Formats: sequence, structure tokens, C-alpha cells
Amino acid sequence: MTLSTAMTAPSSKRAHFGLLLFTVALVLAPWIVGHAGGNTWVRTLDFALLYIMLALGLNIVVGYAGLLDMGFIAFYAVGAYLAALLSSPHLLQQFPALVALLPAGMHTSIWLILPLAALLAAGCGVVLGAPTLRLRGDYLAIVTLGFGEIIRILLRNLDRPVNITNGPKGIAQVDPVQLLGVNLARTQELFDLRLPSVYLYYYLFAALVLLILFACIRLERSRIGRAWMAIREDEEAAEAMGLDTRRLKLLAFAIGAAFGGVSGALFASFQGFVSPESFSLNESIAVLAMVVLGGMGHIPGVILGCVLLAALPEALRASMGPLQQALFGQVLMDPEIIRQLFYGLALILAMLYRPAGLWPVKAGGAR
Amino acid sequence: MSTPVLHIDQVNKHFGGVAALSNVSLNIQPGEIYGLIGPNGAGKTTLFNVMTGLYSPDSGRFQLDGKDYQPTAVHQVARAGIARTFQNIRLFNAMSALENVMVGRHVRTRNGLWAALSRHRIAREEEAQTREWAHRLLEYVGMSGFANYRADTLSYGHQRRLEIARALATEPRLLALDEPAAGMNASEKVQLRGLLEKIRDDGHTLLLIEHDVKLVMGVCDRISVLDYGRVIAQGTPEDVRRHPAVIQAYLGASAHV
Repeated sequence: MTLSTAMTAPSSKRAHFGLLLFTVALVLAPWIVGHAGGNTWVRTLDFALLYIMLALGLNIVVGYAGLLDMGFIAFYAVGAYLAALLSSPHLLQQFPALVALLPAGMHTSIWLILPLAALLAAGCGVVLGAPTLRLRGDYLAIVTLGFGEIIRILLRNLDRPVNITNGPKGIAQVDPVQLLGVNLARTQELFDLRLPSVYLYYYLFAALVLLILFACIRLERSRIGRAWMAIREDEEAAEAMGLDTRRLKLLAFAIGAAFGGVSGALFASFQGFVSPESFSLNESIAVLAMVVLGGMGHIPGVILGCVLLAALPEALRASMGPLQQALFGQVLMDPEIIRQLFYGLALILAMLYRPAGLWPVKAGGAR
Repeated sequence: MSTPVLHIDQVNKHFGGVAALSNVSLNIQPGEIYGLIGPNGAGKTTLFNVMTGLYSPDSGRFQLDGKDYQPTAVHQVARAGIARTFQNIRLFNAMSALENVMVGRHVRTRNGLWAALSRHRIAREEEAQTREWAHRLLEYVGMSGFANYRADTLSYGHQRRLEIARALATEPRLLALDEPAAGMNASEKVQLRGLLEKIRDDGHTLLLIEHDVKLVMGVCDRISVLDYGRVIAQGTPEDVRRHPAVIQAYLGASAHV
């Protein structure tokens, strides 16, 4: 063991520098990507940003507090359905009595929806977290997985007897985000710059990613963050040091869920449509894979994991057809199928050769 | 006699038909190192676990600093004033030595969620004090050069010391050490003894649960010997050493010393 790997340097300055670099990259990214690949790719970036919010939330639960949550997408669903219900005609159609109250229709401001989504998701985090407090490891994973499915099945079936979620058909016509009178769904002209909708949403998402990132960095280097990591490292010793592990775990569940809820609300407004199928177990696993692939508990790693896993399927989708054309002169296999094969292969290789993640925490944790 | 730091009165604990502790009573006075010894299975660990809230006693009474003390959850124990170390070292491995000690300050600090996010003036002051405390404690146990080392990269002796520093960070009324010398070589034991004496001389009260009779006899001011869940002898090391019941328990009935 050499000194350089055993020592951990106080890294506050490096963190600030890293944040600055990330911000610059965040501002420039859509122009570079858009120039190279067009708006489809900027749209992929938009989704990557939503995933980053989700993964940063999950990172608090899994990475800091060490609680393996397999149903995290439930909080994304809660945020998405809240936004959909509060800014689509669905509720007014189902409950005509409400029309008198809201003659202009149900158009709740994003400024109200985001905090509500965060609060509601945090509440759900506490409610779903409370029964799992005594569970560890595999058992916790199974129960949270069940909770995730319960939420999805609930959304799927809450169209009877009273139609709240519109069941498997989902809720359409969700309002796009209106920000200071600007409709983000339409291309805007700013001086000589044409900003298509995907760019506008991109910058809204980027601003929220920065906000969440800021919160994560501050939490990580705080009394609360240290307590979470102590629980992750050795729960029994943490309790013996007087840490109220139940409260601290619930706090981790709540904060992680709040970030997930914000992401979900943005997703609903961005898509204009939500249905239960967007919130399947596969999505929970995808977000978990981003956190684990990047490096659990390490913010830059988590972000890297999100960007890679959000972009990889799209890159493979775009490249597998032409690649076969070039190699064999014809398309032998459906690019969709090969894409999944390579996606799985990439994950397996990454975990074999970088089990701690692509960009894990350096040897120590001095914060 | 002054108020004992810990007063244990007639504590009983049964597991099924086995009396793990029967009518155990002892008093730990301020500023002493109190030893608890006994052969394997004598009930040392059970007493320790009852004391630290892991089990609840069937009957009996605990008083800490003259006040009734009945922990219902493990995390209340440190707040009440008893800090412990573990027989098999349990540090927060992926965290630095400094952070380990800072976690020990948790019960004596207040910064919450808002403090973490806003970092207002009071929050920053508390955080700086926590850090300062932790540095001082590391220096106190002779580890000032290791603040930024990951806990699991430290040597065995240092890990033991770090556990003690982490426990001291909770400002305990009683520092309970569960077999601190386990696995140590002779020179590490000598150093440990020096550290324990230093901690006592600085006004702390210690409870030592130990297998190593030589260490206990050398460092403790008073000792209780447990056997089959009963206290068979109590007193200074000299008293205990000569006590017939102790000799019998350790060496068998027919031994003559």
C-alpha cells in the first residue's frame, strides 16, 4: 500500500472545480450533440438529465445510506402522475363538479407542481420506507421491489370505481411547461438564435440538475451525510455511537424520493403523456444500473453512469444497422435485438472489470 | 462515597432455562478503571449487552450518575452517556479516521438538514468545532498523522485506538471497552495500557471487559469476577487474586496455589 492510495486529501477545492467544469459541459453539450446528430440526440440528452436527477436521488438511498432500493421508479411515477393530474383535462372530465371551480381548466403552474411533487414523493418515501427499516440487504431489495410494483399496478387499476389515473390508457394532454410566459414546447427565437423545444427543456432540466447536485454535494459533506455513510458501513456500530438509524434512514428515503418526484413531474410535462408502462421494474433496474455502473456514492461516477447508459442504447440503435451493412453487405439481424445484446454485454464487462464502478470513490472519503 | 457513575443493582437475565445473569450488582466509581473478568460463558458479554440496551433485563435496576437508566433502544445509550468499543473492531471502513471520530460527535451536535443545505453561520461553526474535536482526539490517542487515512488501511493497533477515540468523541460518562487487547501483541498491549491509564488520569471512568487477566490485574483499580452468571468476587486486584472462589473458577476445584 503506497501512501498516495492510503491517504485521502481534503478535496473541497477539487469539488468546486469539478462542479464548474460540469456546468460548462452542461451548457455546451446540446450544441455539440445537436450539431453532430440533430434534435433526436438532444432529446436523448434531455432524458439523460432526467435520469441524472433520478440517479442522484437513488444515490442518496443506495450510495450514501447503503439501502438497496429496487423500486425507486415508484417516486418518479408519483411525481409524473401528480403533474399529469394537475395540468391535464383528465380530472375535470371525470369530475365535472370541479369545472365550476376552475373554469379556465386545470393548468397548474410548474412552480407549484415541482414542490408538490417533491413533497408528495418524499411522503411516499417515508411511508414505503417505514416498514422496511428493520430489513437489510437482499430482504430490503425484495420488499422495495414489491413496493415499486404495487405503485405501478395501483396506477394501472385506479380507473375504477372512480377514474383517477385512467388505468392502462394513461393520461394525455399534459400541459407543456410554461416558464415566465414562454411555452417550452414551441421553438423560441432569442436574438438570432433558434431554440427548438428540446433545447428549452434541456436548459430547464439542466438548471434543476445543478440544484439537485448542489444539494447532494452539501449533504455529502455534512453531519447528516456522515451519519448515512456510517450506517452504510456498519449499522450496529453507528447505533452504538448514538445515531438514530431509523430516522436517518427515513430521511434518506424521503430526500431521495423527493428528487425522483421532481424528475417525474418534469418527465410528464416534457412527454405530455404518462402511462403505467413508463414505470416498470425495468426502469428501476436501469436507474440502479446507472448508479452502480458509475460508482455508488460518488456523484461524478453516478453522472457518468447516467450519460453512458442513457446514450448507449441510442448509439447502438443508430450504429448496428450501418455496421452490419458495412460488414456483411446486408442487415442480418434486427438492430433492436443486437442493441439489447450489446447493452447487456457492456454491463457485464463493466461489472467484471470495474466492480466498484467506472468512476468510484478514490481510496478514501475525507470530505 | 461519591455517587457511582454506574450502579447495577440485582440484575437478572434468563435465556430459556439458563440463568445468564443472576443477581449481579456492582458499582463503578468516577475516575476508576473497573474490570470485569470471568471464564468463557460467564456472562460478561450478556451483562455488557444488557447495559447497552441490546437486551432488556428480566429484573434489576441501572443507575447512571444517580439517575435511573433504562435504555429501550441501542442509540439512546450513547446519548445517555455510555460509549462502547467492540470486541471485533467495527469501524466505518470506507471513511477516513477523522470522519470516524466526527461520527462520534453526532450525539453532541445538532446540525440537521437545513444546516447541511444552507451552511449558515452556526452550522459552519458547529462543523468546524466537530472537525477540531476530532483532530484533538486523534492526537490524544497518538494518531494525529493518520487523520486522512481510510479506517481499513490502518494497522490493527491504530484501529483499536481509533475506536477508542470515536467512543470518546461522544463525551461518555462511562467508556466501556469490550476486550480491547484481543489480538494484540505484547508491545501493543503495553501501549494500550498506557493509553487506558492516560484516559483515566484525565478524569474518565472506564469499564474493561477482558480475557487477558494479566492486563486486567495490572491496569484496573477494582474488579468483579463473573462465573455462571454470578459475581463470585469483587475488590482490588490483590483481593481478587487471592480469592478462593476465583482460583477455583479459573483453575478448578483441586488446585492449590
